[in-house]
Amino acid sequence: MLKYLARRLSATFLVITLVSMSVFGIFAVLPMDPAALTCGKACSPAVIEANRHRLGLDVPVHVQYGRFVKGLVVGREYGEGAAKFECPAPAFGYSYNRHECVTTLIAEAFPVTLSLAVGAFILWLSVGVSLGVLAARKRNEWQDRGATAFVLIGTSLPTFISGILILLFVALKFNLINPLEMGRWVSPLEDPVAWFRSFIFPWITLALLYAAGYTRFTRSSVIEISSEDYIRTARAKGLNERDILRKHTLRAALAPIVTLAGLDFAGLLGGAIITEGIFNLPGLGRLSIRAVLNDYDLPTILATTILAASFVVIANLLVDILYAYIDPRVRVAS
Amino acid sequence: MTLKPFLEVKNLNVAFPTEDGLVQASNDISFTVARGETLAVVGESGSGKSVTSLAVMGLHDRKRTQITGQAFLNLDSGPVDVISADDEVVRKLRGKAMSMIFQDPMSALHPYYSIGNQLIEAWALYNEGDKAAGKKRAIEMLDLVGIPDAAKRVDEFPHQFSGGMRQRVMIAMALINNPSLLIADEPTTALDVTVQSQILQLIREMQKEFNMALILITHDLGVVAEVADRVNVMYAGKIVESGSAEDIYYRPDHPYSIGLLNSIPKIGELESKRLVAIPGQPPSLINLPKGCSFRARCSFTDRVAGNLCATTAPTLENKTTEHFSRCHLTEAELVKARTEIGGR
Repeated sequence: MLKYLARRLSATFLVITLVSMSVFGIFAVLPMDPAALTCGKACSPAVIEANRHRLGLDVPVHVQYGRFVKGLVVGREYGEGAAKFECPAPAFGYSYNRHECVTTLIAEAFPVTLSLAVGAFILWLSVGVSLGVLAARKRNEWQDRGATAFVLIGTSLPTFISGILILLFVALKFNLINPLEMGRWVSPLEDPVAWFRSFIFPWITLALLYAAGYTRFTRSSVIEISSEDYIRTARAKGLNERDILRKHTLRAALAPIVTLAGLDFAGLLGGAIITEGIFNLPGLGRLSIRAVLNDYDLPTILATTILAASFVVIANLLVDILYAYIDPRVRVAS
Repeated sequence: MTLKPFLEVKNLNVAFPTEDGLVQASNDISFTVARGETLAVVGESGSGKSVTSLAVMGLHDRKRTQITGQAFLNLDSGPVDVISADDEVVRKLRGKAMSMIFQDPMSALHPYYSIGNQLIEAWALYNEGDKAAGKKRAIEMLDLVGIPDAAKRVDEFPHQFSGGMRQRVMIAMALINNPSLLIADEPTTALDVTVQSQILQLIREMQKEFNMALILITHDLGVVAEVADRVNVMYAGKIVESGSAEDIYYRPDHPYSIGLLNSIPKIGELESKRLVAIPGQPPSLINLPKGCSFRARCSFTDRVAGNLCATTAPTLENKTTEHFSRCHLTEAELVKARTEIGGR
């Protein structure tokens, strides 16, 4: 097991390194000059060159990458003298549009995205799994048909429709949120009620989409496992239906859902661009989309991309380890 | 003194409603099994062997199955009809009064739980005591069914066992609460030939040990000859012949049984001789035609007076006291048929 873990960890590290290298490489060949983007319209070549030097863009790309990695570990300084600016480790770079260390920007945005992802995750997992189990148990009865209708609505409504509908016709119509307060981050540690109120509708929006998929997946998984021979064995032993479902069916039926849930959650941690946009949440998704659309803020894009990829890769690793815990066959094979 | 049979099945019908019509999988089945006795149920796939036993075990989904008739378990506390009894009543008989082992031991054990866990779970349903006591009993049972090093292997998982060993585990689990009736549904079909006889031997030993009534479902007539006291031959959902193992082997009274016996290769015969098969296919169990179900595959219909085989379904009649057959042929004609196709 330890050997397996070591192998998987190094593989994970390698993937993240490769992702960061390729993103770095892509930006190096982009037909725009980051140094030119740093100053306004009236810009002299001398200022651009000075900025280029200040931002460390005047050296070959592999040296830039080396500095980037070094910055991640020990922090980084930009410029000299009075214009000196320091980003402490882990330094993802310096946003020349926002005049801020990228790490600071991310540190501000991440709690928002984390709140959004965790709440939505809990909501969709509990709704999706319980509705899926119910539909499977009451197959072809009205509960099942109701669940199917929910799945249909949930999967066919994109978040940019459902989010706006929820915002306009529920949240704002019934004065459930103050539009002036939208987009203001409240820490759950300071004011849990306000935090909850600012996130409940984004949670519902995101959860609606995911819960629909999980309902469908859980339903078919439970139905499939219910017809397994070992479920018949459990029944032949004299177990009651509740224990058969709880101990025998769900254990096997939910195993694949662990994989799905881990990856979906990790994907969300990279930022939910549309939902954050609709509800004006200052999370990673909004940070990325602004960096791309408005600012050409390459260091920020670089950081959010690497971060999003890392979440997925790390989640993959965690899911695999968890899976070995769930399924003894995997445990022995590894 | 003849003991009252432990299981008495009377006029049992099992049918599955489908979009194409009602599938009559078990049709007017009656039989009994006493403790210590072995009843073999023989027939090809889809003849209703398993469906009948699953009905006795109460393992059919009642919402998707129509079951009529009776199946009495003669318990010490009095007879219980498992067909009409409450689900909860039947559930509490499963694993305790009656147990079942299945065809494919590879898939019949839960892959995520250790052998011990699954045995203890079965034990804990009907016994007071902590996990340690359950584990002790589990090891005892594994030992009894011939799992070497049981104390160590009890913590292993099903995938770490071979097919034969898994079937032994299944047997241990089925017997952990001393049931009075064991239904073994093709317990050796999925196993290697060399392992088959070991498992069969084990089932026989366990039957003696626990003095159980045993229903052995199989399509292997060799198995039947080895272990059965009595035999039910099933075809298209009906019992077509029922008698002692000797009767069925030496004096088969139904053209189907005769055909089945005749299809077994015999040692000493010319190698080049082709195996004899019964021509045709069993009929669909939806809207069974009038008359005898076996008629289309029977080579003796012309010896029955009139068009009886096509118009009237034969009833199960006794040829001798304990030997029943569902055929319009006279005894004399059957004896002739036996010698003609069987050469026995």
